[in-house]
Amino acid sequence: MFSKIIVPVDLTHADRLSRALEVAGKLAKLYDAPIVYVGVSPNVPTEVAHSPAEFEAKLAAFAEAEAAAHGVAASAHAFFSHDPAIDLDEALPKLVKELGGDLVVMASHVPGFLDRLWHSHGATLAGHTDASIFLVR
Amino acid sequence: MSVDAAPESSIPAPEGEVALIETDYSIGQDNVQPRLGPIGLDIHNPVFVVSALVIVAFVIIGALFAGSIDPYFEALRNWLTSNFDWFFLIAGNVFVLVCVVLIVTPLGAVRLGGKDATPDYSYIGWFSMLFAAGMGIGLMFFGVSEPISHFTSSLGGVAVEDGVRTDWAPLGAAVGDADAARRLGMAATIFHWGLHPWAIYAVVALALALFSFNKGLPLTIRSMFYPIFGERIWGWPGHIVDILAVLATLFGLATSLGLGAQQAAGGLNFVFGVPAGLDTQLVLIVIITAMALISVLRGLDGGVKVLSEINMGLAALLLLFVLLVGPTLSILSGFGANLVAYAKEVVPLSMPFGRADDNFRQGWTSFYWAWWISWSPFVGMFIARVSRGRTVREFVIAVLIVPAIVSVLWMTVFGGTAITLINQAGLTEIADAALELKLFVMLEGLPLSAVTSLVGVVLVIVFFVTSSDSGSLVIDTITAGGKVDAPVSQRVFWCTFEGLVAMVLLVGGGLAALQAMAVSTGFPFAIVLLLACYSIIRGLMDEPR
Repeated sequence: MFSKIIVPVDLTHADRLSRALEVAGKLAKLYDAPIVYVGVSPNVPTEVAHSPAEFEAKLAAFAEAEAAAHGVAASAHAFFSHDPAIDLDEALPKLVKELGGDLVVMASHVPGFLDRLWHSHGATLAGHTDASIFLVR
Repeated sequence: MSVDAAPESSIPAPEGEVALIETDYSIGQDNVQPRLGPIGLDIHNPVFVVSALVIVAFVIIGALFAGSIDPYFEALRNWLTSNFDWFFLIAGNVFVLVCVVLIVTPLGAVRLGGKDATPDYSYIGWFSMLFAAGMGIGLMFFGVSEPISHFTSSLGGVAVEDGVRTDWAPLGAAVGDADAARRLGMAATIFHWGLHPWAIYAVVALALALFSFNKGLPLTIRSMFYPIFGERIWGWPGHIVDILAVLATLFGLATSLGLGAQQAAGGLNFVFGVPAGLDTQLVLIVIITAMALISVLRGLDGGVKVLSEINMGLAALLLLFVLLVGPTLSILSGFGANLVAYAKEVVPLSMPFGRADDNFRQGWTSFYWAWWISWSPFVGMFIARVSRGRTVREFVIAVLIVPAIVSVLWMTVFGGTAITLINQAGLTEIADAALELKLFVMLEGLPLSAVTSLVGVVLVIVFFVTSSDSGSLVIDTITAGGKVDAPVSQRVFWCTFEGLVAMVLLVGGGLAALQAMAVSTGFPFAIVLLLACYSIIRGLMDEPR
């Protein structure tokens, strides 16, 4: 049913992703679809990495570990943005299209008051892509 | 397992050999993530809290004792710029020399962001942002007024009372000689807006870019002192530098927003007859802050960059218009003549000792240097953020030479036209008008003034919006411990806070006092920047070239 699964990951909060990662791994196995783990980072040093190269390496290692854990094929895709806090909503639909994903599995939070002002990334993505979206709370 | 090649929409991942600084400090380790109701924050603990509390305290003091504390703060600023004029002048010269060294030595070959890094922004987007952040708004107010001031005082000649010079003319003045006074006046103006201020910005921006992009330290002011203080920059020495930078930036922005609203209201009154009272000023601040908020929420590329390009386009149109309908030939020949005059006078004007022009040197030059230096954490940090991928040589040439030439052009077109109108058409009302109105009075002396004045007012407002937006981004990054991806609500907070501070000061008084204080921070920062010069050279020497 699905040929490529995109999983946006925030390496800063990798501990909060476990449920989404689990779901993605199981679906990948079920449909025999490869996963692309997408990481978005600013190009200045962050708590995750000192440089874009280090970020790419960490993301690749993360993808490799996930692939081994779930027994599926996986790759990593790093995206660098000048202003990720804002650019993410615009970048995600583009990335899904460019990478040829037809299912996006992502962790999301329970909507609160602020979501009335700012949509969650998952909700915005659903409105801007053809792919199916699976939000895991 | 491989990492995919970056698709078109992504910034190419710039890399290559760099000399990373090995530190155990991880970015954001001192951050706390409190929740205020529905709003989650991610802030550097002492820096955010102390800065916010100090700002609130100063605003309350400023408003409560408006009028009575103004003289003290202004006396402090005058004391610093008058007694340490030699220090400011020497520091300014050191910054220019360091920049020249970086251009001509092999150190200039180091690339910001690593050997194989590619630039994030095109030249046009980059220059627009450099310029709009650096001095955009000042050029609107001083482009006409400063050349006239120096021209008039030079023409008036030297006046001495009790052995002390009481005139404000630069160097030895040019009594009675209109051509010489014009040359000297233009040279003095260009001196204040040319190589020296941009060298100050270049030093700060380069230090930040180098220690962040090549050394892997957080994008915050303290990082540039790693070669000097080592791991101690993560403690209070670093906190103090960052807090000072936040205060200088916020007070500088809020007070210029408040004073700018008064000036813009004056302009609106002159052009359209809108009442220039407090109501208009407050409405202007609300409009500017609202526009800045929209821009902040559109991010760096969708907000500040677009605004900067609009600014540059409008400013270029206005410049071209004045060039074509004004005294075109005199402006064109003036451009070369002014460059020559600047080249000839720049050394005497930058001499810290052995000069008699105390009023000019202390009241103008030293004040300007303190002012530029107090702005430098803000402008420098913003320039650093958009300069990844340039070589040091390219960076310094672009930050030093290009804006300086644009400033010469701007001053020649606006100041030169105004002087010509005064000399030849007898439009002395330009010289007599209030500072903020001089531009509009001059435009009135040219055709289509209704249109050009409107463009002028729009430019003033958009320049303010750009400053407010980029300033909020900078303050947010510093108070988030160098994180550029902290929750968006934080930059909304700083942008709104800045507008509120400006409004409180406008209603309660105290704008002048706080601005004097902001400029006074130029003194400690001048020392800090001299240390940064050492850091830059040390840091660059370790880099693979």
